[in-house]
Amino acid sequence: MGDNLISVNNVSVNFDYQENFISKKQKIHAVNNINIKIKKGSFFGLVGESGSGKTTLGRAILGANKISSGNVIFHDDERDYDLTNMNKQDLKEYRKKAQLIFQDPYAALSPRMTVRDIIAEPLEVMKITNSRQETDERVRDIAAKCRLNIEHLRRFPHAFSGGQRQRISIARALVSNPKFIVADESVAALDVSIQADILNLLKQLQAELNLTYLFISHDLSVVAHVCDVVAVMYLGHIVEMGPSRELFKNPKHSYTKALLSSIPSIDPEKRSEAIELKGEIPSALNPPPGCVFRTRCPNPGIDCKGGEIKMGLTEVEPGHWVDQCCAL
Amino acid sequence: MSHLLEVKNLDVKFDTDEGRITAVENISLSVDQGEVLGIVGESGSGKSVTAKSIMQLNPGNTSYNEDAQIILDNENVLKFTSKQDLKKIRGGKVSMIFQEPMASFAPAIKIGAQMVEQLLIHKNINKDEAKSISINMLKRVGIADAEKRFNQYAFELSGGMRQRAMIAMALSTMPKLLLADEPTTALDVTIQAQVINLIKDIIKEYQMGVIFITHDLGVIAQVADQVAVMYLGSVVEKGPVNEILKNPKHPYTKGLLQALPDINNLDAPLSPIPGNIPSPLDRPTGCVFRTRCPHHNPEGKDGKIEMKLIEVEPGHWVDQCGIQCGQNGR
Repeated sequence: MGDNLISVNNVSVNFDYQENFISKKQKIHAVNNINIKIKKGSFFGLVGESGSGKTTLGRAILGANKISSGNVIFHDDERDYDLTNMNKQDLKEYRKKAQLIFQDPYAALSPRMTVRDIIAEPLEVMKITNSRQETDERVRDIAAKCRLNIEHLRRFPHAFSGGQRQRISIARALVSNPKFIVADESVAALDVSIQADILNLLKQLQAELNLTYLFISHDLSVVAHVCDVVAVMYLGHIVEMGPSRELFKNPKHSYTKALLSSIPSIDPEKRSEAIELKGEIPSALNPPPGCVFRTRCPNPGIDCKGGEIKMGLTEVEPGHWVDQCCAL
Repeated sequence: MSHLLEVKNLDVKFDTDEGRITAVENISLSVDQGEVLGIVGESGSGKSVTAKSIMQLNPGNTSYNEDAQIILDNENVLKFTSKQDLKKIRGGKVSMIFQEPMASFAPAIKIGAQMVEQLLIHKNINKDEAKSISINMLKRVGIADAEKRFNQYAFELSGGMRQRAMIAMALSTMPKLLLADEPTTALDVTIQAQVINLIKDIIKEYQMGVIFITHDLGVIAQVADQVAVMYLGSVVEKGPVNEILKNPKHPYTKGLLQALPDINNLDAPLSPIPGNIPSPLDRPTGCVFRTRCPHHNPEGKDGKIEMKLIEVEPGHWVDQCGIQCGQNGR
């Protein structure tokens, strides 16, 4: 276990749902029986459509969502943290080590605080620094690493563009010196020219500060470019997982194939080669039994059509896991 | 042959507390029947403002220049002031599809009622006819159970379905020109592929002109015939889609293409365009792109070269400063 930072073991997250106060209580199966290991220093990508449970899984790993069953272990240098069984003191410690970068840099920053205060807030809340001087030093240090100028620190967020704001969010997440970062759609709201800049910055910071990322995105080309390992999620399940090069070159699951073919090609002569998926993602209230993808699968086998094949990953190549329904 | 829509020398300025902002400067574009003009650019480049001027939907503090013309069907829509005339372009001859379909439907009125309402305004028909046209249109865009959906509210539909309903609503009045403002941006890729195919089919079927606004060059490559690349309110390059994407001349167009992660070429580094888009309050004089241009020539850098499009190949127009920079930069 030495080189893993995070182990996610059989994690499920359910939410209670009741349409109105007299109707029956139901369960939303947001995340089902997920097993992943995130290696130290890796850039782990999580892709999928909206409603596939990417964000819920990311939040569960951060301890921001209750885990219904299974456990998440954070392997720190000296000790392991078990997220499902943690006291307040441990949770405080864990918060310093695992941080989140949000999607929308316009909503994530308080308009009434200066950039300096925004970045310094985690240090003050977590009582990491003891004097104002020390805080200022840490803030200036991390701001420089995120390519913010010192004079930016005195201004308010409204004075900045989307890309600069995202750099402020990154600085705020990194100021407590975390080891693990969940980046939830962190480039989705940015223009392409800026997106490339932020991706390069994340990569550079990873090398400099020895970070491990869980990178959540719906954009496959972005994930293919930055991530080492990718997991594809559909309706709360991981349907395929593997080293990103291998997975994108040689996708095995029909959902991954359809996703890849749906990316609009930049070449005007290659129009419409998309494997068109009929319909939309089913409701997580009552997911189809058996393979969850079978209701939209373009070429279902006879067995899986009836839902007889259970969900479960099998290893087809070293490190490349595919849901058994499509691996057959 | 006269074009379906011709925009000539359009400037759009907004009066704000901080001063007068130039949102769009000296834009000329044209769209023919059955043709898709794609407008690409980053946020703040004036894409939506241009489209909104065609329907005169810009807010009250907007001023247009005197010699600007937006000619639709041989009429200058910028001269329209009466309600009667405006009705013709707002939903009559021109329809618009917006980015966020949840925000464009009234939340407390049934989808069917909204579709019928606009048909009654624009067409000389009764309620029953309007209802049957609406239901047929909902079926046409691929909504199953159209009769049931007709009586539902926008929140009861999923994102992809809402966008289909929006398209059905925009098309039910049979507009000659469709303005699609980032219609697929809020959708998942698989749904985006469905909606793009739907829009392409419908354009073919109804032979309307389309202005398709997006920041996604991949989507442009899939739907557009002609492309205009906008930066900070100016068109820096325009031409046939093949020319623009395969043989870009302007450093901004090249920069956009290089910043795009390409799934077929994972070894290519991602190269961002340096710097930030300037505030429209201090718009650079001369070439608008010069503050971020990686290969500027000395005169362009000082802002001494005026913005002016020059035809480099038949139909392929590039800003004159950009031609030189593009050559310098290789």
